[in-house]
Amino acid sequence: MCSRYLASLLLIGCSVLAGCEREQRAFHDQAPAIQSVSPTSFRAGGKSQPVAKDPEADKYERNAFHISEGKRYYEWYNCYSCHAAGGGDIGPPLMDDRWRYGGEIEQIYSSIVEGRPNGMPSFAGRIPDQQVWQIAAYVRAMAGNAAKTAVPARGDEMKNTKPLTQIPHTPVRTERPKTQR
Amino acid sequence: MNDPASACTRVARPISWMIALASCTVVGCHPSEPNGATQLNTVANPTRPAPGSAPPPGEGPANISVPDSASPPEDGQWTMPSRDYANTRFSGLDEINTANVGKLQLAFTFATGTLLGQESAVLAVGDTLYFVTPYPNILYAVDLNAPGGGLKWKFDPKADAASQGVACCQPVSRGPVYSNGRIFYNTTDAHTVAVDAATGQLQWKTRVGDFNYGETFTMAPLVVKDKVLVGNSGAEFGARGWLAALNASDGSIAWRAYSTGPDRDVLIDPSEFKPFYPQYRGTDLGVSQFPPDHWKIGGGTVWGWISYDPDLDLIYYGTSNPSPWNHEVRPGDNLWTNGMFARDPDDGHARWFYQISPHDLWDHSAVNENLILDMNWEGKPRKVVVRPDRNGYMYVIDRVNGELLAADPFTYITASKGVDLKTGRLIHNPDKIPSQGKVVREVCPNSPGAKDWTPSSFSKRTGLMYVPHNEMCMDWEIKPVSYIAGTGYLGVNARFYPGPGDHIGELMAWDPVARRKLWSVPERWPVWSGTAVTAGDVVFYGNLEGWFKAVHARTGEVLWQFKTASGIIGQPTTFRGPDGRQYVAILSGIGGWAGAIVSSELDERDPTAAKGFGNMVGELKKQSGIGGMLYVFALPR
Repeated sequence: MCSRYLASLLLIGCSVLAGCEREQRAFHDQAPAIQSVSPTSFRAGGKSQPVAKDPEADKYERNAFHISEGKRYYEWYNCYSCHAAGGGDIGPPLMDDRWRYGGEIEQIYSSIVEGRPNGMPSFAGRIPDQQVWQIAAYVRAMAGNAAKTAVPARGDEMKNTKPLTQIPHTPVRTERPKTQR
Repeated sequence: MNDPASACTRVARPISWMIALASCTVVGCHPSEPNGATQLNTVANPTRPAPGSAPPPGEGPANISVPDSASPPEDGQWTMPSRDYANTRFSGLDEINTANVGKLQLAFTFATGTLLGQESAVLAVGDTLYFVTPYPNILYAVDLNAPGGGLKWKFDPKADAASQGVACCQPVSRGPVYSNGRIFYNTTDAHTVAVDAATGQLQWKTRVGDFNYGETFTMAPLVVKDKVLVGNSGAEFGARGWLAALNASDGSIAWRAYSTGPDRDVLIDPSEFKPFYPQYRGTDLGVSQFPPDHWKIGGGTVWGWISYDPDLDLIYYGTSNPSPWNHEVRPGDNLWTNGMFARDPDDGHARWFYQISPHDLWDHSAVNENLILDMNWEGKPRKVVVRPDRNGYMYVIDRVNGELLAADPFTYITASKGVDLKTGRLIHNPDKIPSQGKVVREVCPNSPGAKDWTPSSFSKRTGLMYVPHNEMCMDWEIKPVSYIAGTGYLGVNARFYPGPGDHIGELMAWDPVARRKLWSVPERWPVWSGTAVTAGDVVFYGNLEGWFKAVHARTGEVLWQFKTASGIIGQPTTFRGPDGRQYVAILSGIGGWAGAIVSSELDERDPTAAKGFGNMVGELKKQSGIGGMLYVFALPR
């Protein structure tokens, strides 16, 4: 009798304790401060920190060899099949001044590596890092945003767009992404 | 407004009289001119019926008919995009006719909520309209009893957004199909869904293909008996083509017939497979007519129209271009791409095959509609299919045994020298064979061809076919290409430009008995919409500027037109509403291959944008807005 009473008491006690845990809440005084949110470094599906700045990145879009290599890889890796010679097809144009995911070389690099949600595949692990930078530099050149002294004056393929040396710079984003600089 | 003589004088203006002569031949001004292509056919068929064999108004045509089993009598509905198994797109309704169509007015509109190409047919079943948007492939049910056409329900298949990246020419849908209380349709991410037509509830959903390997869906299924027939898209990505039959009850896959590879995959059983021509007989030709293992990425997708003859119990459909476009990568005839199969719908086994474009050079995908017609052919009744092909020839093929009866040019052609009626083979023009390191110029027709997916119609009253088609040429350069799964597999630079005529597109009336063009309605831009024809002798179609037109089915006179907000690439349909009146429906909304420049906002400074259309359709941006809208028309009350 007594033991049964004790058992019930124990049971009730346990339930109360468990209930307390269930009802327990953690209150915060305020939302944590975030110092570096930037709408221009939007990344699809990836981690939220901005693209790591490659110390060499600037050199790619100022270097004729890298841009010309980028052009080759742009075809090799079938970038052409979706973006044509910059005018676009399945994917958006790359020669105009609209950049869904940012037009800085780091952002283009990041779009190639990570892919984007509406059909841009991720080439992570499929294209060596330096080649991605070279492709990104060539993409910059398509929109007139690489150094004019570095871009090729003519291509070998059938095409009647203006030579890349004559594509006007697209004055969209004169400021570099503020994060990580 | 476009009699052959004036078309001829207009065509005769170009600088080179030789081009003019060839063009005139093709438009039918001088059928006996010494053009290689025409001559070949004329020699094989010395006795051509007199032109204009279409009968006077009120009577059916004398030498051509549609088998009743493949085209049931009019019931005021439109339950499959092609209207019937024969693919006639002929409506028996005649309340709207040549006398009153000029008074046609807007009944109501309905926004699709999407911006890309609207290629879906608008089905009319009972008191409801059904259509599918491009990705995200929303299925709308519009209530005809609601004033101004209210929303009954909508169904979102939750298709994977990433699949848009492997839809070659925008993630379009050619529409749903209704059967036995359910709507079936295909999604961009290669699923087929069955939805309850009354409630919009999902019945089943089957993943039929894998978009990671470039497989998508653009085509409208066809339901034959208890099977839902669906075929993949993706030959621009090295997808291996197939037609699959899903059991309508639960969506399980009953059979799948590949377009490349070993016979067991192609469902070729030598005891049943009896092709007419010897080049299709042999073992595993779908392997040996490719380089080793290439058949696995060899294309031959099945994204066009399927026909069905219930009497013979055979389905007919075409297979697409082989992959990649660069032909040097894939020596051989590349069987069974770019041809047409006749199959048993129950088990999928092939009965015959005919290859329209062996060893394709130009992406002349052979997926166009096959109209099931019974014709008086050289004095004997024959069961045939008639198909306008991308390569510029109008084919007449015996649908019992696969024998080629005729292949007549209906446009300006330089890519080939005709079709040999003895061997059935297309004769490539040796001057135009592409090879790496050179640009081949003045290739006509270009890749979208003399006629792309845009479906023709056939009138049981006039005996004529109404064919939306185009006259375009191109420069073509092949280049190295490697296969990377899920990315394009082309190996070609192309730029398109108008052909030698004074207009690019036209709606053509073709007499399948006389085998010649009777008249056409010229269009400045490629015609990218389908057609429908009615017992009121009115043909409906739309153009890329957004004009929706009603044309006299006998004369070609444009009787009425209405400017919609965006270019039209849809399929007109007509039906009797619950109030007893006849309506005409069309989706407006530019896009697809020809209209991607506008609605995908491509940059026409690159002539190779949209695989070559960048070179010729940039001006369209000024003439067509962007956005999908359903337009429904009727006569005033």
